[in-house]
Amino acid sequence: MTTIALDAPPEVTRHIGPARTMRHGLALAWRGILKIRKNPEQLADVTLMPIIFLLLFAYVFGGAIGGSIESYLPQLVPGLAVMTVMMASMTVGMNLNTDVSKGVFDRFRSMPIARPAPLIGAVLADLVRYLICMTILLVVATIMGFRFGTGFVPVVAGVGLAMLFGLCFCWVAVWLGMLIRSPGAMQGLLGMLSLPLTFGSNVFASSDTMPSWLKAWVDISPVTQVADTLRGLFVGGPVAGPLLGSFAWMAGILVVFFPLAMRAYRKRLS
Amino acid sequence: MTQAIEAEGLVKHFGQTKALDGVDLTVPTGTVVGVLGPNGAGKTTAVRILATLLRPDAGIAKVCGFDVVRDPVAVRSLIGLTGQYASVDEDLSGRENLVLIGRLLEMSKGDARARAAELLARFELTDAGDRAIKTYSGGMRRRLDLGASLVGRPRVLFLDEPTTGLDPHARNEVWQVVRGLVDDGVTVLLTTQYLEEADQLADRITVIDHGLVAAEGRADELKRKVGGQTLQVRPTAESDLLAVQRILAELTGTAPTTDLDAGMVTVPVDDPVLMSTVVRRLDTAGITADELALRLPSLDEVFLSLTGKSAQQSTVDTQKTGSLT
Ligand SMILES: Nc1ncnc2c1ncn2[C@@H]1O[C@H](COP(=O)(O)OP(=O)(O)OP(=O)(O)O)[C@@H](O)[C@H]1O
Ligand SMILES: [Mg+2]
Repeated sequence: MTTIALDAPPEVTRHIGPARTMRHGLALAWRGILKIRKNPEQLADVTLMPIIFLLLFAYVFGGAIGGSIESYLPQLVPGLAVMTVMMASMTVGMNLNTDVSKGVFDRFRSMPIARPAPLIGAVLADLVRYLICMTILLVVATIMGFRFGTGFVPVVAGVGLAMLFGLCFCWVAVWLGMLIRSPGAMQGLLGMLSLPLTFGSNVFASSDTMPSWLKAWVDISPVTQVADTLRGLFVGGPVAGPLLGSFAWMAGILVVFFPLAMRAYRKRLS
Repeated sequence: MTQAIEAEGLVKHFGQTKALDGVDLTVPTGTVVGVLGPNGAGKTTAVRILATLLRPDAGIAKVCGFDVVRDPVAVRSLIGLTGQYASVDEDLSGRENLVLIGRLLEMSKGDARARAAELLARFELTDAGDRAIKTYSGGMRRRLDLGASLVGRPRVLFLDEPTTGLDPHARNEVWQVVRGLVDDGVTVLLTTQYLEEADQLADRITVIDHGLVAAEGRADELKRKVGGQTLQVRPTAESDLLAVQRILAELTGTAPTTDLDAGMVTVPVDDPVLMSTVVRRLDTAGITADELALRLPSLDEVFLSLTGKSAQQSTVDTQKTGSLT
């Protein structure tokens, strides 16, 4: 231990800039990734969910909706990519909720680190989960007979877009995670929220046979827009239109829920 | 002397509960102040306000001259906090927790690792360093938590009941660490349920109860303030008991109490100078004494008379609530 000059005016940081905020966020993302490695069972949602959905929907509905499994997969797989990433992005709310109630945040908050750093860290660590989720989905789909109709670059761009969507959508979960005290209630609410969003889209079936009021919503819904973009990028077809819609939704979600999440976070911690 | 911690009129209400109702607290740089109080007195609330985790409803608090509300980042860069309940990540190992904190404090990877190893060794956790915290015993967790608050070499350290739940060996260890830190010039504010701890470590003690300061001062001042001193004489020969009783009654003007089983005469005194007179009078009377002592009340007695609760009682309460959480 070094001796401290007692009466020297302390050299202190009084403000934390964006570069340091990012460094703190990365250090905390490292923590999140370590935690995933220690508790691989936490990955059950992103590993099992894509497989179960794929098998279930391809074999149960494949024949009825698409005529055959092979002809249904190009409709289903890009849709499931959006849906599973969206569901995976809900977990961050749970994790943050647990962190806050367990007191780990007290330690962080008593240190000179940027306020949003713990949030940034949690969200960045989640990207790893999205990536695992997408990889498993696409590999299993390929084994089942799904074929990419485009090239390497569009596929990578598609994976990137899905992850970006997760990154935007997770702020809804962060917001709820900070608003709701009990992790149990949180889980139920997030499930209820994501079901209508995912099923009220064209992930499983084209909107053509739906009643007009539903079709109106389904056609513009965020899940549909992103799923259509992914169909274009993975299988082939128009990309520009749905991509524009996707970006509009992502920007909209971010503009509304990021500030809400930050406000709830500040409030929860004061 | 400069003040490392200055707080004036701190108020914090939680609904109807007045956790703090106007608390003043000063800690001179380089000293240890002990905050004593029964359960629910407001100790943790005070620490959390000073460590920038809670905003006071009213009042001002400064750490090293920086306002905790207006300059929280500056305050955080100067302090270390060991909260009442461990605040480390259960899933990570002790070493990983310490390295993470080092990294968050802008240390390089190498420095953070070296500091982690140093602290693990200091708290005898090197062997357990690579195990997940959830496999640690309560005492090990406590020690790691303390280590975690030292990573950044804080100038001001807040310890909220740092030794609750530790065995005597580990408690001694923590005391040793605190003394070492004080030798290095670190200022320490600690809350405790153990009067012995305050007596051992603290230069000054603040007793709080129901969100108010009940007493403040050095341990010996508090002892004197509460009960006066008592003079105890145990004559060698039991047959001298009556004679001793008579002499003490005559000198102090109050009737002494005599414990026949212990062979001891006890009388309250307000003037310590009396001691030499007693020695002379016993001498001339030809009485030898095995024990002749001027005794201050124990801090336990101080605590009891200030808060109306015995320290033992509130310690038991803590352990009960501790096991429930
Ligand atoms: N977040 C909170 N919400 C509501 N009441 C609270 C909160 N925190 C503390 N209190 C109340 O404020 C009072 C003071 O609590 P505090 O934790 O400061 O006591 P303490 O002296 O640390 O007690 P202990 O010895 O049990 O740790 C208690 O009555 C407590 O119930
Ligand atoms: Mg407390």
